Amino acid sequence: MNMSWAEMLPLIFLAVMGLALLAYVVLDGYDLGVGLLLPLAQEPQQDTMIASIGPFWDANETWLVLGVGVLLVAFPMAHGLVLQALYLPVAVMLIGLILRGVAFDFRVKAPLAYKPFWNHAFFAGSLLASAAQGWMLGSYVTGFDPGLLGLAFSLGIALTLPAAYVLLGAGWLIMKAEGDLQLRAVAWARRAMWPMALALVGISVATPLVNPAVVERWFGVPEVFALLPVPLSCGLALLAIRWVVTHPEVVRAGYGWVVFAATVLIFVLAFFGLSYSIFPDIVIGRMTVWEAAIGTASLQVIFYGVAITLPVIILYTVFMYRVFWGKARALSYS
Amino acid sequence: MDALILSRIQFAANISFHILFPTITIALCWFLLFFRWRLARTGDPAWEEAYYFWTKVFALTFALGVVSGIVMSFQFGTNWPGFMEKTGNISGPLLGYEVLTAFFLEASFLGIMLFGRGRVSTRVHMAATFLVALGTTLSAFWILSLNSWMHTPAGFEIVDGQFIPTDWLAVVFNPSFPYRFAHKLLASALTVSFLIAGLCAWQLIKGTATRGTHKAMRSALVAAALVIPVQFVAGDLHGLNTLEHQPAKVAAMEGIWTTENGAALTLFGWPDEANATTHFAVKIPKLASLVLTHELDGEVKGLDEFVGEHPPVAPVFWAFRVMVGMGTLMLAVAWFAAWKLWRRRGSTAADQGKVVLPRPLLYVLAGMTFSGWVATLAGWYVTEIGRQPFIVYGLLRTSEVATQLPPSMIALTLTAYLMVYGLLLMAYVGVLKYMAEHPVHHAPLPASLPAPDGALGKAGA
Repeated sequence: MNMSWAEMLPLIFLAVMGLALLAYVVLDGYDLGVGLLLPLAQEPQQDTMIASIGPFWDANETWLVLGVGVLLVAFPMAHGLVLQALYLPVAVMLIGLILRGVAFDFRVKAPLAYKPFWNHAFFAGSLLASAAQGWMLGSYVTGFDPGLLGLAFSLGIALTLPAAYVLLGAGWLIMKAEGDLQLRAVAWARRAMWPMALALVGISVATPLVNPAVVERWFGVPEVFALLPVPLSCGLALLAIRWVVTHPEVVRAGYGWVVFAATVLIFVLAFFGLSYSIFPDIVIGRMTVWEAAIGTASLQVIFYGVAITLPVIILYTVFMYRVFWGKARALSYS
Repeated sequence: MDALILSRIQFAANISFHILFPTITIALCWFLLFFRWRLARTGDPAWEEAYYFWTKVFALTFALGVVSGIVMSFQFGTNWPGFMEKTGNISGPLLGYEVLTAFFLEASFLGIMLFGRGRVSTRVHMAATFLVALGTTLSAFWILSLNSWMHTPAGFEIVDGQFIPTDWLAVVFNPSFPYRFAHKLLASALTVSFLIAGLCAWQLIKGTATRGTHKAMRSALVAAALVIPVQFVAGDLHGLNTLEHQPAKVAAMEGIWTTENGAALTLFGWPDEANATTHFAVKIPKLASLVLTHELDGEVKGLDEFVGEHPPVAPVFWAFRVMVGMGTLMLAVAWFAAWKLWRRRGSTAADQGKVVLPRPLLYVLAGMTFSGWVATLAGWYVTEIGRQPFIVYGLLRTSEVATQLPPSMIALTLTAYLMVYGLLLMAYVGVLKYMAEHPVHHAPLPASLPAPDGALGKAGA
């Protein structure tokens, strides 16, 4: 493909935005997943669960700001359109994120009597945010279709994305917890697996139905053969998860991380699938990447910033995870 | 109510709530770095106690700032889509740089700063603290640069209704930016000084003060006394700059209805926009010209020169008086308290590092814990309401960029936000009070000793 730099720049930013949103869904996905699992545990284990995500959640959430930020700054035309169409789900998500974020601190700093309230707020916030994000994703895939089929699809994803987050959160806890909590995490993962698998199948079946363009992209020959690895890998990943969660000796041998890694793989494949389905539209059926972007000169200015800071961000993110590697310990300021 | 006014109220509510917290965290992080440094220098465990207590306040405040800040990044698209469409080539990069250079920096190193003390060396930990402080300050830099550009746009041209940048240095360092940035940073320093002084005073009143309380209080009072005169100077310079670039705003601030030389300063009064007069005005002759132009008979433009292009007078007029009034009160209290401290230097109590102040003064300081919030909000209302009816001063009206969503939808989300914010504000103030009344009485234990059994309740981390 012979493309000018001016044509490439919007694509680069599309990639940055997509990757930022993928990073968000994976990283905050495990935060939200742990939050959704919180009511299933008792007091001291709840503290350990929160301790496993405490140092990371703020940085994780920032990827959402980057993703939406790139949409805002590089593709303002699309940003306005998307956020107007998703006005109410965005508000629900934001309120969920607010409640979840402040509950981290309020649950341990407020008088002891309020701790159960803030634990509930943590769960409620996680649920609101996950469900709202699911709705937004579903709505986006249908091109903001207000018809019954579109709404049903959005509702479906609103119910299943939390399930995916639960699997991700359980996988995270298998890595970060020990003893009884780790065993419970394995049990939670086992229970979350089937809804997640069903959801994956459901989305894969439903997406071509709600978006006819997808049919040509995926089922044309020879594309269908080149793309076969995608559903196959998803299937393999699910089988790997199933194997680990039904064989406790595998977890004991230290392979518990496979659950988390396999779930992340599924997220990545789903993301790839979605991107492939809608490219080069940024708002399905209404706006291409090039129509939505700001002028080349301004994109250039942000590009310099991204090119320098993104690698640095990744570096100190890695540093942060290294500092807090290993099993979750009680969080304290001293 | 129409969509425009509802959107404005919603945006105002969101940003008012949000600004309360970064205003604290920007300066508080520098205070924490100071406490940390003093601990390293003197080895006095009282500094550790001060650091430990105020880190808890910092963590809570930061979380509230982050979650409300995320709302802000969505507000542009949900309520003001036209703004990004028209000014995206300028506001885009500025906001982008804020996220890339500041937001990620502070968010990532916050975890290490708060929870990493047992896991990294002292040097790395202090570096992490510094990076968080730098991140919050950088955040203020970019946001204020964009906000200032909206007031004094520079370095651009308009092509097909879009603002296109022509000179980025002029865009970032636009005419009002240095003044607004300085004014904001000083406001942050003052807000935190009074927050610390107020909570420490409350601890002294309740008898729950630790050695750290005295250290923190002394630092805060000294900082307040030093910073407040600088803030008055910064405010004056800011006012001069505003007179030059946004004369309609100044006219509204002072309630000057017609252009005049040697304008009188209206201390109080009831501005009546419909009749272009101020009722019950208490005026000081020539003072407005003197303050605004630094000349007794200087000319000040009146609102009659800006028909249809000036802000609503009453809110700007009153917000300005609230801000200056609160600032004056802060000056009086800070200087009086500092004088009291100075008088007691060399006494046994002072040698022990104790802060001893008369009880009535303690009550005044406690009452003024959130005085910085009042002054900061009032100041923001002056400048932002004062920019109306423009969103980019003189060039783009707010009404031109508002959302077309049905008012009922906006009313619904506005109500939800207000309820959540009300709850959180009450919880925040309540928790601060609780923490002040139930501090941890011993210094945090070194990592080698077993942790206490929690008998002190969960007021710890």
